[in-house]
Amino acid sequence: MTDDARTPVLEIENLCISYFTRAGEIPAVADFNLTVYEGESIGLVGESGCGKSTVAMAIMRYLGSNGGIVGGSIKFKGRDITHLSDEELRKMRGSEVAMIYQEPMAALNPSLTIGAQLMEVPLIHEGVSEQEAYERSRQMLADVKLPDPDRVMAAYPHQISGGQQQRVVIAMALLSKPALLLLDEPTTALDVTVEAGIIELIAEIAQKFGTAQLFISHNLGLVRETCDRICVMYSGEAVETGTIADVFTRMRHPYTRGLFGAIPLPSANKNDRPLVAIPGQLPLPHQRPEGCNFGPRCDYFREGVCAPQAVAMRDVSGAANPHQTRCARFEEIDWDAPLGTGQVNEPIEPGELVLVVDGMRKYYELHDRSVKAMLSGEGVKYVKANETLSFDARKAEVVAIVGESGCGKSTFAKVLMGLETATEGTITFNGDEIESTEVQQRPREQVASMQMVFQNPNDTLNPSMTVGGQISRVIRKFGVESDADKVHDRVMRLLDMVKLPRDFYHRRPRQLSGGQKQRVGVARAFAGNPAMVIADEPVSALDVSVQAAVTELLMEIQREHGTTLLFISHDLSVVRYLADRIVVMYLGQIMEQGTTEEVFSPPYHPYTEALLSAVPIADTTIDKRKIVLEGNLPSVVNPPVGCPFHTRCHRKIGKICETTRPPVLVDSDTHQIACHIPLEELQAVLPVFFAVDSDGTPTGGGAPAESTAGG
Amino acid sequence: MREANRAMLIFLAKRLGYLAFTMLVVSALVFLVLELDPGNVAQKVLGPYSNDEQRRLWMEANGYLDPVLLRYLRWLGDFLTGDFGMSTRFKVPVAEILLPRLGNTALLGLGVLLVMVPLALLLGVLAGMKEGSPQDRTISVFSIATTSIPEFASGVFLVGIFVLWLGWLPGVSNMIGGFDLAQMVLPVAALVMYGFGYITRMTRASMAEVMQTHYIRTAVLKGVPQRQVIMKHALRNALIAPFTVIMLQINWLLSGVIVIEYLFAYKGFGSLLLEAALNKDIFVIEACTMVAVLVAVGTQTIADIGYMYLNPRIRFS
Amino acid sequence: MAASTEAAIPLPPRQSGLVRFARSLALLRESPVGMVGAGIVLAWALAAIFAPLLAPFDPNATILPFQRPGAVDPTTGHTFWLGTDKIGRDILSRIIYGGRRVLIYGPIATAAAYVVGIAMGLAAGYFRGWWDAVLSRVSDIVLSFPIFVLYVIVISTYGASGLNIVLAIIFASAPGIMRIVRGLTLDLRNRDYVAAAQTRGEHPVYIMLVEILPNARGPLIVDACLRLGYVTITIGTLGFLGLGLPPPDPDWGGMVNENRALAPAFPHMIVYPCLAISSLVLGLNLLADGLREISIKD
Repeated sequence: MTDDARTPVLEIENLCISYFTRAGEIPAVADFNLTVYEGESIGLVGESGCGKSTVAMAIMRYLGSNGGIVGGSIKFKGRDITHLSDEELRKMRGSEVAMIYQEPMAALNPSLTIGAQLMEVPLIHEGVSEQEAYERSRQMLADVKLPDPDRVMAAYPHQISGGQQQRVVIAMALLSKPALLLLDEPTTALDVTVEAGIIELIAEIAQKFGTAQLFISHNLGLVRETCDRICVMYSGEAVETGTIADVFTRMRHPYTRGLFGAIPLPSANKNDRPLVAIPGQLPLPHQRPEGCNFGPRCDYFREGVCAPQAVAMRDVSGAANPHQTRCARFEEIDWDAPLGTGQVNEPIEPGELVLVVDGMRKYYELHDRSVKAMLSGEGVKYVKANETLSFDARKAEVVAIVGESGCGKSTFAKVLMGLETATEGTITFNGDEIESTEVQQRPREQVASMQMVFQNPNDTLNPSMTVGGQISRVIRKFGVESDADKVHDRVMRLLDMVKLPRDFYHRRPRQLSGGQKQRVGVARAFAGNPAMVIADEPVSALDVSVQAAVTELLMEIQREHGTTLLFISHDLSVVRYLADRIVVMYLGQIMEQGTTEEVFSPPYHPYTEALLSAVPIADTTIDKRKIVLEGNLPSVVNPPVGCPFHTRCHRKIGKICETTRPPVLVDSDTHQIACHIPLEELQAVLPVFFAVDSDGTPTGGGAPAESTAGG
Repeated sequence: MREANRAMLIFLAKRLGYLAFTMLVVSALVFLVLELDPGNVAQKVLGPYSNDEQRRLWMEANGYLDPVLLRYLRWLGDFLTGDFGMSTRFKVPVAEILLPRLGNTALLGLGVLLVMVPLALLLGVLAGMKEGSPQDRTISVFSIATTSIPEFASGVFLVGIFVLWLGWLPGVSNMIGGFDLAQMVLPVAALVMYGFGYITRMTRASMAEVMQTHYIRTAVLKGVPQRQVIMKHALRNALIAPFTVIMLQINWLLSGVIVIEYLFAYKGFGSLLLEAALNKDIFVIEACTMVAVLVAVGTQTIADIGYMYLNPRIRFS
Repeated sequence: MAASTEAAIPLPPRQSGLVRFARSLALLRESPVGMVGAGIVLAWALAAIFAPLLAPFDPNATILPFQRPGAVDPTTGHTFWLGTDKIGRDILSRIIYGGRRVLIYGPIATAAAYVVGIAMGLAAGYFRGWWDAVLSRVSDIVLSFPIFVLYVIVISTYGASGLNIVLAIIFASAPGIMRIVRGLTLDLRNRDYVAAAQTRGEHPVYIMLVEILPNARGPLIVDACLRLGYVTITIGTLGFLGLGLPPPDPDWGGMVNENRALAPAFPHMIVYPCLAISSLVLGLNLLADGLREISIKD
């Protein structure tokens, strides 16, 4: 794939970057080398704090007032940008190297029209006329597939959706036809199906404009879909580089291998192939160990070989394409040995019904106070946050609720927990109807037996209370214990349960890392011996290796206590890994529900099909059909009539979808799909995923006849 | 756009309705504080040496024996028609004395705003452009220092320097010989000294925040020249917050003029209110208070409308 | 560079509340400006506490009028370091005792305004709905009064006593505090730990006082310093306008007012009280700035 005859666009050699603080010099990136050739896409992957964004900012030479390049060179088209004058730098920025950012809303100026912000680029860099600049900008908006470019030109950023904003940012970057595009987590802030559209666009750009790309991401699956080569970073250093195929299938660094062991690949399974977390924690930049940075967390660490001397990047001999690793012992390690302990868990039989949701509705009243609305009697509108939800969950079962933003999963959790009351229908929990009882009116035992784990680790604990104080409060509140010694004792046992040291009792949240805070959150939820725990995206804000540890912990406790786990998530990879059953929601309604097996194979609801297709998969032996949804997620305030999905559905059959709510098709006892398309037709749809061999050709009979489905 | 215009009109009507509501509540409060007890009013009007019989007769003659609500409505009606009553101290209708005083204070306030606003915005932008730089630290500490000196103290210091020591300026601003610009300098300077620091710090904070935003980074990284980054991308966003602050400063100014006009014997609205308060000149107090609140709420309304106009996120939502 | 969320954080030893408070004060070392401010405030606080020991004369005793700074009292041999006023009271002693008065009334009024403002702000921000509508409207109306106009009417109507001044300050300051607390509460009530408390059925009062208020303390402490400075200015200005604390006890603003007719001949009578009030307010404002600076870094 790589052709050394091509000219390099970017050559980074021995780059060292430091930040200068009161505490002294803090090295952020050390001894970093990378070459990007024309038209090539390279993925820069690592966990937070590994220095990947710092590298991108260094290429732009935008490191803030306290950061600086302390060694090495960054050559762009042969010119060392570390020595450019400010004016030369300005001419390079935005014209030859352009950047796409993580949060498109924040990246656009709120008080200038999109047109003004786009036109600036040709006006500044090429000195064209206003007319010319307008035409070019308009054309570029059309090229990034924004509908109605003239309207977008006149709009302010807040008037268009997040996905459209990101397309605007991409258009802005492409306007001057840069030779190199830096993409800093460009889809992290977007919904899954919107992300798929942006990723497709980015891939097209590479082909159409031949722009070299540096794609920064924490998501190995995305990198696999967009890049030719990959560079894995750990703690300020590149630890492994090579082609996607080499690094994904023949990785030669223990950290890379650890990453793959920690992410829920399709082959992973909570019972017989559990995730394996990387032990230990990422070192702070000023506390890096001697020698190999990964040493303290590595099973293969050997004093004298891996430390105290620094480990250099070395070629992996025998690889056809350049493949380098920063492992001193890569020749000696048995790379085929299985990760982890090989422990196999027996699948558990679900018990009696714990939760039954029947026809539950939650409408919010929205008061329109305008004079016109009041005169016409349309003063009150209803937001249908949850529309006739019906499903159940059994003891010791993991039920996942899956959906994108606005699908109503959070509202459902609120009703369940008694922070809101249902508008209609019933929710039966352990035999008691709870849908219209607020939490304050519920009996203490009931409240204790249904608890929640929250999403954001930095938000989940009260910053002014010690860890012990917060857990003790729950124990007392639920009346589990009241005697001070016994409460203390119980807190200690809970800390043991979530595998935190006992002296964390006296710590405050800010002294804890993200993963540790989530563990405390888990301990708090389990303090009252709950029958059911609702976990609202409990790992989505954590780094990959920590995600694995917290996920495994949650599964272990759930299994031991026979707890029912309601797992709310947008991440289908995690859901496939841990759920027994899945409920797919869209704009407040259930589109499909079934066992994990059933949801992941045909018949699919068209929305499920698109959602599955949008999941990036970091497994080179599996490919998928591409289904990219048109348009944006509609607003919950004004959802489409009929089937809520009809505005974006790639299998829409006609008028009926716009007028009538779809019937529930019953595929099996456990599998239901809400769709107008007859079940037989849905059953004939090909699987989204199919196996491929190493060069990407489908194996077996699952070849995709329809590459883009329907029409 | 027509939709936006209609939204703007509705917003405007709401703000004006709110202004009327606030004025109504304030008038009721003022009435309750000052006129709830009619005997008290009579005593203030007739003076401390009047006897009970005189007061009773006065109350009867002026309808002060009617129920409170009726009295309030009549009082309100008089107010709305511009009849503020007679000043007991100056023995003339209140309006006759209040209007010229208001004019003088408006002149003083205008002078303060003309000097203070450009100065404060300039310093604020300069400080906020580069947070933590020596120019930022100097401006910040300087503005904290001047804001720490109460108006009466800064007045005293200014008089000490420019009147007693250097002898450059007059220390009294009573304008007895007609309008004199030199007499305006010290009152304006004292008010500016105390007031500009707040706007400067608000502007600085707003500017510093804007300079940290991702859209400024976007502008820099697409190669926009530094000057244009500041003028086109930063200022427009950074000046939204200070605009509101400036309008709210008018409220502060109405307080400040009481002190400064008293200190410099300037014949304005503030010294009138103070004199009335010290002499229990009840109808002048009422009129001054209502005028002051009207000005304050009026500028707030203008601030709200201006904020909406300046901020497209609100304008088009 | 964004520090890693998953980085090892060394475990500090267990600390008592007092030690932690001392440590957070020690953080102020990071801000030279804040240190200067804290020094000034501390000096005034000490002067107020030890006023009887520090003041060379009885502040209300009339000794010798019109003495310039440095003159000596022939009967006792003590020096009038800052001179005497028109009825012969020692200005230094009056400034020291005046500081004591300001540092009693100021903090009491500010603290009381905080109690009222916090209660209003928590209720408006946490319950929202009509609580918020009513409380916000009331605050808006009070805040629409130019502040000194308000003081002038209230104090001229009800008379100038310490209690009335404190009440007027509470009335005028609480709405501003309410707005700040309301804003912080609206933000903090969406935190997951508040949701956690709600989902375990905690009483709203517990949530407001334990889960929300302690986490709003940073901005509130900064605001309290600024507000104390402003209350000091208010007390001084009321004194200057002749509406302040009743004589004869010394009051900085009152001292300026009493002697200002004599300023051309005896500037010391009014300049030193002005310096006193300015320095105390400067100290409070610098302290607030320092606290704000370190709270951003934290």
